[in-house]
Amino acid sequence: MTEHYDVLVVGAGPAGLAAAQAAASHGARVGLVDAQARQGGQVWRHDAVHGTPRAASRAINASVGTRVPVTWLARHQVIAAQSQRLCAETPLGAVELSFGRLVIATGARELLLPFPGWTLPGVTGAGGLQALAKQGWPVRGKRVVVAGSGPLLWAAAASLRRHGARVLGIHEQASAAAMRAFALQLWRWPGRVAQALQLRAALHDVAHHCGSFVRRADGDAAVTSVQVTSGGTSMRVDCDLLAVGHGLVPNVALAGMLGCAMDRDGAHPVVQVDELLRTSVANIHAAGESCGIAGLSAARIEGRIAGHMAAGATAAATSLLRQRRHARRFGELLERHFALDPRLYALAEHDTIICRCEDVTLGALDGYTDARTARLATRCGMGACQGRVCGTALAQMGRFPRSDCRLPIFPARLATLADRASPPLPSRDSGDNHP
Amino acid sequence: MNTVNLSINGHAVTVPATASVAAAIATTPAACFRRSVNGQPRAALCGMGVCFECRVRIDGNPHVRACMTPVGEGMQVHTDD
Ligand SMILES: Cc1cc2nc3c(=O)[nH]c(=O)nc-3n(C[C@H](O)[C@H](O)[C@H](O)COP(=O)(O)OP(=O)(O)OC[C@H]3O[C@@H](n4cnc5c(N)ncnc54)[C@H](O)[C@@H]3O)c2cc1C
Ligand code: FES
Repeated sequence: MTEHYDVLVVGAGPAGLAAAQAAASHGARVGLVDAQARQGGQVWRHDAVHGTPRAASRAINASVGTRVPVTWLARHQVIAAQSQRLCAETPLGAVELSFGRLVIATGARELLLPFPGWTLPGVTGAGGLQALAKQGWPVRGKRVVVAGSGPLLWAAAASLRRHGARVLGIHEQASAAAMRAFALQLWRWPGRVAQALQLRAALHDVAHHCGSFVRRADGDAAVTSVQVTSGGTSMRVDCDLLAVGHGLVPNVALAGMLGCAMDRDGAHPVVQVDELLRTSVANIHAAGESCGIAGLSAARIEGRIAGHMAAGATAAATSLLRQRRHARRFGELLERHFALDPRLYALAEHDTIICRCEDVTLGALDGYTDARTARLATRCGMGACQGRVCGTALAQMGRFPRSDCRLPIFPARLATLADRASPPLPSRDSGDNHP
Repeated sequence: MNTVNLSINGHAVTVPATASVAAAIATTPAACFRRSVNGQPRAALCGMGVCFECRVRIDGNPHVRACMTPVGEGMQVHTDD
């Protein structure tokens, strides 16, 4: 059975929620799809202890209060797409969804770079541990080292403390000069200043080290200590958890599968859109971090623009363009000041596992110059994550460019694939897979 | 706070009703979620459904991402411990 929506929105983060609300306000029949059980996306993730953030509750309630209420499709992971149809896997099997217009609001994931010991239990992403803590993962009393790069480290550290963790320190790889320059530019985004001051107050007694990074993690069954390099010196820090993330990378697999053109942001593809957030494919819009990393405000504004456009309300969309430009500039600021130190790309050693799904080491990749050949020979990127972790890291490290699109975009249960009414969709070379 | 009872590797666990299976597993002494192809212990990494390191068996279904699955009353979870 196929369910049809005038406007289908994939991703219920700030961008997708705003898009659904805007489209429904014009009377369109809107479906809002997310792989997660709850709305909110990353920044507005529901907290098992502290509840849903107020802004998120407001945004979620607003979509129910529109003229034609939005249909919420929870735990629908979109795994395949073809022209005007999507296939989603749900706990109850496969569902086919068709649409008049589509809004892609699939957000971003963390950039996770390999280093010795990064596969040990207890080593997580920075936003990763924040997400887990919000799911109820016990961190109370745990000694946590937070490391990597970007404002997400602060947000993660503050959340972890709120959950009772002992944050031993925040290790930002960017230099103190870069951080100062970033802070000096922040006044242009008053909302950001307020947030930064709040975080600073919450973390006033946590040591913040600039130009500092974790070079290895050690332990037997789980991490028990890390080696931190700061300036020219290295030291050991004993800890229970290491939360390390190097910024965000857009999720573009769905857009790639639908044939949308991509732009490049460094080593990674971002969905190409015009000012009104139209992709290169008719009737498909994209909004939020899937079009490049620029944070919460940009995601919300873009969601509204894309939602209005998907409902045919061009004037309403156009009135938001100036706000969008301003919000997007924040992304440029992030990119400039949190550029990664190339020493981070040289941390993995010959025997460090790069592909965690297939246990492929860095040494095993010697001699290969592209991801596809390496994949066929070593199985690197062949596992369940489909190269989302290793392929992204290898591209960032300058090893291989990101590779082609594979179907389904998330591993599906065989039953889901068998359920599909249509024949398997052809594989497409989109210049990216990696979702 | 509403709670849910589930079983993890045969041990009874009570967690908030809005917790994920990944969080429920972390409340037990289970050392790892899964074993890698070479037998190394692995646990949740990304917390958001991307890395597949948190795959476990839930109610007989193998390879389910624990971080994407809300807990349910009476759920039977098995890790690769
Ligand atoms: C782990 C993590 C934590 C973060 N924490 C913060 C924070 O504390 N503060 C902050 O300011 N910013 C944070 N960010 C940055 C954050 O990404 C943005 O501020 C904001 O959430 C972007 O909104 P969005 O709507 O573009 O995407 P997201 O909020 O990322 O929402 C995208 C949604 O799309 C869904 N999705 C993706 N692909 C599919 C598919 N194929 N099928 C179905 N659903 C799909 C995802 O499940 C997700 O819910 C975090 C980012 C990450 C990755
Ligand atoms: S922790 Fe990465 S998919 Fe669950």
